[in-house]
Amino acid sequence: MCSFAYRGMTSIMGQKILLSAQEIHIILHRLACQLLENHLHFKDTVLIGLQPRGTALAQRLVKILKEDYQQEVSLGFLDITFFRDDFRRSDKTLTANKTDIPFLIDDKKVVLIDDVLFTGRSIRAALTALQSFGRPDKIELLTLIDRRFSRHLPIQPEYRGRQVDVINHEKVKVMWAETDGQDAIYIVNEP
Amino acid sequence: MSELSVEHLLGIKYLKPADIQLIFETADHFKEVINRSIKKVPSLRDITIANIFFENSTRTRLSFELAQKRLSADVINFSAAQSSVKKGETLIDTVNNILSMKVDMVVMRHPNPGAGIFLSKHIKASIVNAGDGAHEHPTQALLDSFSIRERLGEVGGKKVLIVGDILHSRVALSNIYALQMQGAEVAVCGPKTLIPKHIESLGVRVELDLDKALAWCDVANMLRVQNERMDMSYFPNTREYTMLYGLNKQRLDRVNKELVIMHPGPINRGVEITSDVADSDHSIILNQVENGVAIRMAVIYLLASKIK
Repeated sequence: MCSFAYRGMTSIMGQKILLSAQEIHIILHRLACQLLENHLHFKDTVLIGLQPRGTALAQRLVKILKEDYQQEVSLGFLDITFFRDDFRRSDKTLTANKTDIPFLIDDKKVVLIDDVLFTGRSIRAALTALQSFGRPDKIELLTLIDRRFSRHLPIQPEYRGRQVDVINHEKVKVMWAETDGQDAIYIVNEP
Repeated sequence: MSELSVEHLLGIKYLKPADIQLIFETADHFKEVINRSIKKVPSLRDITIANIFFENSTRTRLSFELAQKRLSADVINFSAAQSSVKKGETLIDTVNNILSMKVDMVVMRHPNPGAGIFLSKHIKASIVNAGDGAHEHPTQALLDSFSIRERLGEVGGKKVLIVGDILHSRVALSNIYALQMQGAEVAVCGPKTLIPKHIESLGVRVELDLDKALAWCDVANMLRVQNERMDMSYFPNTREYTMLYGLNKQRLDRVNKELVIMHPGPINRGVEITSDVADSDHSIILNQVENGVAIRMAVIYLLASKIK
């Protein structure tokens, strides 16, 4: 059980809050602005959220870009289950989610979006999976939480919400108002 | 449920409803994969699969092989016609020899009912039954139900008619199990000589008049007349069979409703079904073939994930 609190926030049942709803709101707007700053418009840039947890983040960014900056952004969802390198290593069968990329990514700038960057293996799988949809001009990575010092592969994000140092048995849990009832990010202690 | 309750796919009889649900959900994803410009995923690159066919097959073998290749598995093919089986080798010896070459999964078609079950008790590999005599052909039944679900939204509550040679048909038996497991009602129709005795004990309706049966059903699955399995005369001649049990445009017009027409292939055009019906909008015969690859990818993927 975790006994200390992070930045004065409450600690409940082995989990401490890392980012509050207000902090997430600010970070999302900053990330949207950074995307806009780098790309200027989204005629040749598409966003692709990774299933299952990167899709909510991608949808939020698209919403901010549309409502606050009048940008129409193409959004797709990519499932990487069949491209993972741990098939048959885990005890359970890996179950897939829906892939929905309703546009061609040939010669486009693709921004891959995931909630937490940990070992980098999911992103490696996503890079391979993307090849089935064409040859993009460039691929960038946006991640809300970047877990530092835990990478297994040489992969770094272009855009990051917050960099954190978490030890291996701790898990970063991202919650969204749409699916989980509130916007919050917790660090959960999993012994 | 995220994994199958079985280690082998020997028959629909051994599955649970949740297994069928999981296979369908996985097949949905694979159907999307096989419609991409690059239709291949690397999931099974460390798996070797032997397709062992002791009986002729074209589409089932092609469909399995394509499914395996789309999953990046290594594939070896074996057909009994050119093998040592002709020299008197036993089934277990043949398969064990193949398994010595480090094969993880066996897809087998065999003329004897229960061959897959027998093999599963004697060898260490995952087994997929691709048809065992007149017993079961589970992947065909799964792709049939998957195609009905795709066209009609769900299988539960639907009335499905199976027409033709029920007696010799593994497709019929597997379909009966699969459809009933998903809550569909099943009826069979055909000459009395080709309807197995006591089939009602499976909870199946028997109807000898095709027009009445068509008026009852939502889906009609027209089976092939399997001349090669008939060791005696079950009906006077093909022409009479076609008159009584063949599906044609006039018959379909008389029923006057949106029927879904299926056929497991290969079609004897003009015998159990006429060309105008087989090629009409009612027919989902080619969808069945496409779905066959997705379903077999799902089955192989789910079974392979249980190989440790």
